[in-house]
Amino acid sequence: MSGNSYFIRKMVLAVAMVSVLQLTACSAIPEKQVGEQPAQHSIESVVRDDITYAIDVYDPLEGFNRGMYRFNAGFDHYIFLPVVGAYEWVMPNFAEEGVSNFFNNLFEITNLTNSIFQLKPKATIETTERIIINTTIGIVGLFDVATRMGIYEHQEDFGQTLGHYGMGNGPFIVLPILGPSNLRDTTGIIVDSVVMSSIDPLNLDEHSERELAYYLLNAIDERHNNGFRYYDSGSPFEYELIRKLYTEKRKLDIAR
Amino acid sequence: MKKIITLLCTLVFVMFNPVLANESSTQGGVYDYPIDNPLAATVIGTPNEYAALLPKDIPRKAMKLVVFPDREIKKFIANKALNYTLVSQKKAAPLIFSIAGTGAGHRSAKMRLLEKAFFQAGFHVVSLPSPTYANFIVTASTTQVPGHIVQDSADLYRVMELIKEQIQDRVQVTDFNVVGYSLGGAQAAFVTKLDEERGTFNFKKALMINPPVNLFNSVSILDEMLEENIPGGLNNFNAFFDEMMTEFSHHYSRSENVNFNGDFLYRVYKNKQQKVNLSRVAATVGLSFRIASSNMIFTSDVVTNGGYILPKNHELGRIESTTNYFKVSGRISFTDYYNERFLPFFMARNQGLTSDKLLDDLSLKSIADYLRTSDKIAVVHNEDDFILAPGEIDFFRDVFQSRAHIYPKGGHCGNIAYKDNINYMVNYFEKQGLTYEW
Repeated sequence: MSGNSYFIRKMVLAVAMVSVLQLTACSAIPEKQVGEQPAQHSIESVVRDDITYAIDVYDPLEGFNRGMYRFNAGFDHYIFLPVVGAYEWVMPNFAEEGVSNFFNNLFEITNLTNSIFQLKPKATIETTERIIINTTIGIVGLFDVATRMGIYEHQEDFGQTLGHYGMGNGPFIVLPILGPSNLRDTTGIIVDSVVMSSIDPLNLDEHSERELAYYLLNAIDERHNNGFRYYDSGSPFEYELIRKLYTEKRKLDIAR
Repeated sequence: MKKIITLLCTLVFVMFNPVLANESSTQGGVYDYPIDNPLAATVIGTPNEYAALLPKDIPRKAMKLVVFPDREIKKFIANKALNYTLVSQKKAAPLIFSIAGTGAGHRSAKMRLLEKAFFQAGFHVVSLPSPTYANFIVTASTTQVPGHIVQDSADLYRVMELIKEQIQDRVQVTDFNVVGYSLGGAQAAFVTKLDEERGTFNFKKALMINPPVNLFNSVSILDEMLEENIPGGLNNFNAFFDEMMTEFSHHYSRSENVNFNGDFLYRVYKNKQQKVNLSRVAATVGLSFRIASSNMIFTSDVVTNGGYILPKNHELGRIESTTNYFKVSGRISFTDYYNERFLPFFMARNQGLTSDKLLDDLSLKSIADYLRTSDKIAVVHNEDDFILAPGEIDFFRDVFQSRAHIYPKGGHCGNIAYKDNINYMVNYFEKQGLTYEW
């Protein structure tokens, strides 16, 4: 059971961290300051209650979320990216690709369970084919032979499954390190991890010494494949833009 | 997350690409860039199969520069120094300074494309953000009221001088050159002219890619593209956006292999070329410009305590919501900014300055005599680039003569990655020291 207990420890830690930050986070609502004078184009004169604004997303925890966004940006800059940079420096490109393919193949399990949950026959069959082909011909998933054969990945997760059955987004949440999410998708992440650790394809249960390497490498690989850089948009409204785009992207994935 | 960012790139930060042209540019054959509609070309860019072959990855160094050591940076601002990219050869080589387009940073897709093309051809490349990009406004702009091309170009020049010092121990440079796309193209010309007086670099070559002639004309065109293509006006933006996303979702759900990129959009475009809703595409281009100009205007307002959108004397907190300020900024056109903020600011600094005089200063026409006689500057453009007012393309033909290379299509920078375009740009700089013949 050490796989599950490791997972539970992680969750407890995350919840504890969230609560601490929650307590220390201040409100995001602007307050009037001493000596302040109205702007030429003030909010009161422009923003109307009877208009729906595309940029609005339900975000009651905005102060906490913005704090977490800043924290993530700092973590990314000082820890995550330097580690990923070292990884990229050490590893030849083909090895990096092998690692990515390996994890992708592993997480096809999540695609498969959720294709089944959503009763999608085509996705279920093709995902099964992908797992079989890539695990065998693709040598334990190191090569993505299936895509080259024209069998494409179906990305499904439990957040999408909940959305598929009509569950709404819930409040927007910025998770530590993982970044933008919402209540529905965070629930999805937890369920997918529980399912994954109960299937335990790498036998981490019996080889707890592998656990750390597994989680670290997975995290590094994910970041390596993600071109996003905090504050690269150059927008003072980056938080709003990311919040909106995350929400829209998930809507597209659920509709698919 | 990767896909979210690509979505972001395709839908929102579809910044401007450059364009080239001249009937003569189709040397030895037909110009085969595949997208005939200039708006579609701008949004889609160059489909993979038509793009120049470039390295997948090149060694890039993220650099930081403090331009004004005494400047206090507000706590709301995350980046406290100017960020730029250095791509260097191991041996002595010529260097190209590359300037981004309106609102774009040093890591924008087009900047990365140019880095690859020039690095592969043996150049060092220094990629600089646009002076209209927030990080530049905060850390490197003298006035922090961006848009004044002469002032912004002088700021760029100062940054280049500091970078020259900063990298001199690690990079061996034989000659200096400068390139820029869109607004960055126009700035490249002003920077080159300034160098004739200052002489720090003695630039060998300069290349402008799809520059505006008159900044004000171009931004007015882009303002209108947003405002005139949303049924019912900006108050109905949400309904417009939902409709657009619903259509997008329809294509997304039907696509087998889904990667949000130009190729995905190109497939959609090809499949239903007859039915593409052009006013929607125009609105998307206008939207990306409006977001860029909102970013610029609000950043400038925050750092100058201008009292334009943010209440005067209000210090923005690190986690304070800016959503309502975004809504306000989104309603301010560049023309509003020009009249209400920009013009009064520069009139207060220069006795006797008039709007007409200022508008003239912001145009390439103000340096036409220099451009006409300077052999080191060339321009690539597109016949159908919509940021130019009617007839403005002829300014380039007239002034640059054989140094103007004008492609028949490509919209605004949509063809920058196309193989002919890349070859042309690389060849232009490769002929270092030789008389350039077209």
